[in-house]
Amino acid sequence: MALSADEIYAKVQEALEDALGVDNDEVTKEATLVGDLGAESIDFLDIVFKLEKMFDITIPREELSPEDILTNAQYVQDGSVTGEGMAELKRRMPWADLSEFEKSPRVQDFGNLLTVGDLCNYVESKVG
Amino acid sequence: MRWFWVDRFTEFVSGSHVCGIKNIALAEEAVDKYCPGFPMLPPTLIIEGMAQLGGIMVAEHFGFEKRVVLAKVGSAKFHAPARTGDQLHYRVDVDAIGDQGATVTCVSHCDDQLQAEVQMMFAFLEPGDDRFTDGPLFEPGDLESMLRMMNFFHVAVDADGEPVPIYENL
Repeated sequence: MALSADEIYAKVQEALEDALGVDNDEVTKEATLVGDLGAESIDFLDIVFKLEKMFDITIPREELSPEDILTNAQYVQDGSVTGEGMAELKRRMPWADLSEFEKSPRVQDFGNLLTVGDLCNYVESKVG
Repeated sequence: MRWFWVDRFTEFVSGSHVCGIKNIALAEEAVDKYCPGFPMLPPTLIIEGMAQLGGIMVAEHFGFEKRVVLAKVGSAKFHAPARTGDQLHYRVDVDAIGDQGATVTCVSHCDDQLQAEVQMMFAFLEPGDDRFTDGPLFEPGDLESMLRMMNFFHVAVDADGEPVPIYENL
């Protein structure tokens, strides 16, 4: 039976509380993983493992972390993602809200882009 | 001082779990000095012992070709101190192993009583990552020698129950 959006959110909350040592009420859908919840690079691997186990899914590295796009000269100029790069990011990450990032698409800001809600959307796209 | 915080492997099933024992002796400097008047094995060294077991488990999964390091201790609960004369029985179960790292769940028992519960994650030092030095973590033969001393090859089997080989790059 397919999981509801609320059920997915509750499980994602549980994974993030466990991986990041944060309280339940901090893990709102709007919270950013890095800025608000303090996730460090090594935590993402922990989060991926927990989500894979919880939802019985496989999460390829490039789906959550499109480093190949952000380091590709074809898609980045002067430290910012080009229009072509944005199109590629949207194609790769349809579950992420890139609207704010698009206003000032500096590569250095990408790391603080993902929110809990984005992660829920991603999981939903995998289990749905 | 040699950095061995497990005395002996007692069970090893590739990709599944590993068990080992750690005897607590007053002659060990860390046991004697950690809390003067109350000799005990520091909890951090219990974590280290579990990490040594788990690290070998993960490294064996990749034929000892990856440089495996403890990256994160997710949680650690200690229910009782490990006193001199105690024998700790560690068990480390693999939760997940991927091409970027691994997570394991560890428990320690003393006299059948749960002594500690730890979750940890391992990562790999990849060649070319300029944050870390290149080259092997062990001198040639050192890891094999350590594993032999700890009875690893006496107990280690693959998923089919066959003895694991003595890997060329140990």
